[in-house]
Amino acid sequence: MSAAEITALPAARSAVVYNDAVVKKFVIASVFWAVVAFLVGVFIAAELAWPQLNFWPPYLNFGRIRPVHTSAAIFAFGGSALLGTSFHVVQRTCRARLFGGEALADFVFWGYQLFIVMAALSYVLGFSKSREYSEPEWHLILWLVIVWVAYLTIFVGTLVKREEPHIYVANWFYLSFILTIAMLVIVNNLAIPVSVFGAKSYSLFSGAQDALVQWWYGHNAVGFFLTAGFLGMMYYFIPKAANRPIYSYRLSIVHFWSLIFIYIWAGPHHLHWTALPDWTQTVGMAFSVMLWMPSWGGMINGLMTLSGAWDKLRTDPGLRFSVTAVGFYGMSTFEGPVMSVRTVNALSHYTDWGIGHVHSGSLGWVAFITFGAIYYLVPALWQRKGLYSTRLAAWHYWIATLGIVLYITSMWVAGIMEGLMWRAYDAQGFLQYSFIDSINAVHPLYVVRWLGGMFFLTGMLMMVYNLFMTVRSPSTATRPAEAIEIPAIVGVAGE
Amino acid sequence: MPTKIEKDTISGRETTGHEWDGIRELNTPLPKWWVYVFYATIVWAIGMFLLYPSIPFVHSYFHGLLGYSSRADAMAGVSEMNALHAKQMEQIGKLSFAEIQKNHDLMEVALTAGRITFADNCQPCHGPNGEGRIGFPALDTDVWRWGGTLEAIQQTITHGIRANDPETRNSQMPSFGADGILKPEQIQQVADYVMTLYGKAKPGVDVSAGAKIFAENCAMCHGDKGQGNRDVGAPPLASRVHLYGDSRETVVAQVTRPRHGVMPNWNKRLSPATIKAVTLYVHSLGGGE
Repeated sequence: MSAAEITALPAARSAVVYNDAVVKKFVIASVFWAVVAFLVGVFIAAELAWPQLNFWPPYLNFGRIRPVHTSAAIFAFGGSALLGTSFHVVQRTCRARLFGGEALADFVFWGYQLFIVMAALSYVLGFSKSREYSEPEWHLILWLVIVWVAYLTIFVGTLVKREEPHIYVANWFYLSFILTIAMLVIVNNLAIPVSVFGAKSYSLFSGAQDALVQWWYGHNAVGFFLTAGFLGMMYYFIPKAANRPIYSYRLSIVHFWSLIFIYIWAGPHHLHWTALPDWTQTVGMAFSVMLWMPSWGGMINGLMTLSGAWDKLRTDPGLRFSVTAVGFYGMSTFEGPVMSVRTVNALSHYTDWGIGHVHSGSLGWVAFITFGAIYYLVPALWQRKGLYSTRLAAWHYWIATLGIVLYITSMWVAGIMEGLMWRAYDAQGFLQYSFIDSINAVHPLYVVRWLGGMFFLTGMLMMVYNLFMTVRSPSTATRPAEAIEIPAIVGVAGE
Repeated sequence: MPTKIEKDTISGRETTGHEWDGIRELNTPLPKWWVYVFYATIVWAIGMFLLYPSIPFVHSYFHGLLGYSSRADAMAGVSEMNALHAKQMEQIGKLSFAEIQKNHDLMEVALTAGRITFADNCQPCHGPNGEGRIGFPALDTDVWRWGGTLEAIQQTITHGIRANDPETRNSQMPSFGADGILKPEQIQQVADYVMTLYGKAKPGVDVSAGAKIFAENCAMCHGDKGQGNRDVGAPPLASRVHLYGDSRETVVAQVTRPRHGVMPNWNKRLSPATIKAVTLYVHSLGGGE
């Protein structure tokens, strides 16, 4: 039996009608929020390089729109991509329509979008819990929890009613993401509101404990939102696009369980050299280093799945995005453990190296794996022959990659320079540089970072145009796409 | 519960027999290097647990075989650097300004300490070279509100201006407009006059009324020729250097409802010797008397 034979798509085995409408909505939302997130990112990068851009105070001040950028990137763009792809993947790998019907799925979609819009508005208007990546005040979090429980219900319900005997690995990752995020959000938001009608609330924890809870949340938002969730995405879209079997089932099991067991302990490395007790810092550091191989298990499985199909990288820019994403994933999951070592952290903490690290993960891994999935999904969902232009997608790939390279190299140089300047002493034992000296020194690198962001944004606009034209191209469906999704119309369409 | 195990000819591996939406999985064993590196990181982590503070108990924690403390580590670095100038800084703390200025070695240390202390603490308001900005006095000119001698500067830095310190420098200009002491048109007149003191008045404007108002209301603090009075912190008006600007609107605004800046008392944050070093540095910026 040849490889081509065993990897060929099986004929449709049952007539399950999937809920693609909600997936489409999430894809559109994800693309929309990507533009918003990158645009705001470019603007705040410009504010850092040219502070006079902090005009129209206080609404456009860096302090207020920085959380708009981070929330739009992580929760709006990344979150919509995760929710949408998880609905797509869970249906197809379970051979079951989404549990709970259209109404519940639509509630999750609109409820989640409402949360995002309200959160962004609240930041601009000055409401913030002042917890990084967890800024929304308590009433918005309550709403998010309701939406999230509905999401969990749909996901688990679909798994329960699956027609496949086993649960595919992508779904383990998605489920760990949904469950852990629920736990993290609830614990990190335990707070006492000042009044029922007021937005202000105070955390239940205080001092070093409060900081630890926040970074237990913050680090695992990276671990379970930006890592586990997107690994779920990778485990479906790379084998689909490459049309190759997953490299190693065992590796997927071992790296899944080791990843989720170890990740949850690593948060204290965000608080090295602070009031956090030394023993907690050691725990964070030790677990972060042990996290290296579990993280790389995903990279190995992603890259090695390509063996036998590397030639597809030449013709499929979407797959090229996915594979490059895995490369960036491998790089940042090595960089992270290195930075978590206390002595390295003494140099890197509070510098732009951290910003560079986060962006090699968020631009290189999260955004690229999402682009790969969306370039795959849009022709598939809208039933088009293919992308409007693979050439344009290839341009998107190169311009975005160049943007990332500019971004992370400038931030490495800036961060290491800051770290060295802040610790430089002269022969008489006095600090050699003041803080403002380091700001002046990194200014050119801030300009380069802004330029990298401009490249990335430009690539995104090309993607929007490409997707828009793809959807406008003629359908290849044998029957109207809508008829498949909404049974009521099937009759009308005269199937 | 494998359903249909197949062989993949490209890799030569068998599949697990499962299949989801066309996706299969190979039954490849764990890469050996992956397993060994994973073990190595676990061994390293156990080593860290043994060497460094790691395991919490109810009222204490395991301190580790090295007895390490990140605070002690950081403070050791600080002490090492402080030791390089400890003797000189002690001298600077003890000796008078005149004695320090005679000692080349001490002056070098004082100006170095003063420069970096100024850059990290004073620069945000007074500017990188002490050039000041609107609302924050320039320190590189000979125009001083409270005096530019070493002793005067030391006093200002130590106790601040309108700060929360019993010995702070304090002054308040009356709200001539807001409290109804002068009528709006009188303020306009006195502004015209004040502008003649620093040579920005438009020619041909009659300032006799303004001059009279100035003599009756302002001269007791600012001096009859606008030369200022350092005993009460009244800035000289016959000067090209202005705290809030030299436009007519600014003068009118200041007479109507004066702004009063605040400078912190640094005695709570900087040692007396460091304050002396900053004093010598500020004194050297160009305006020292």
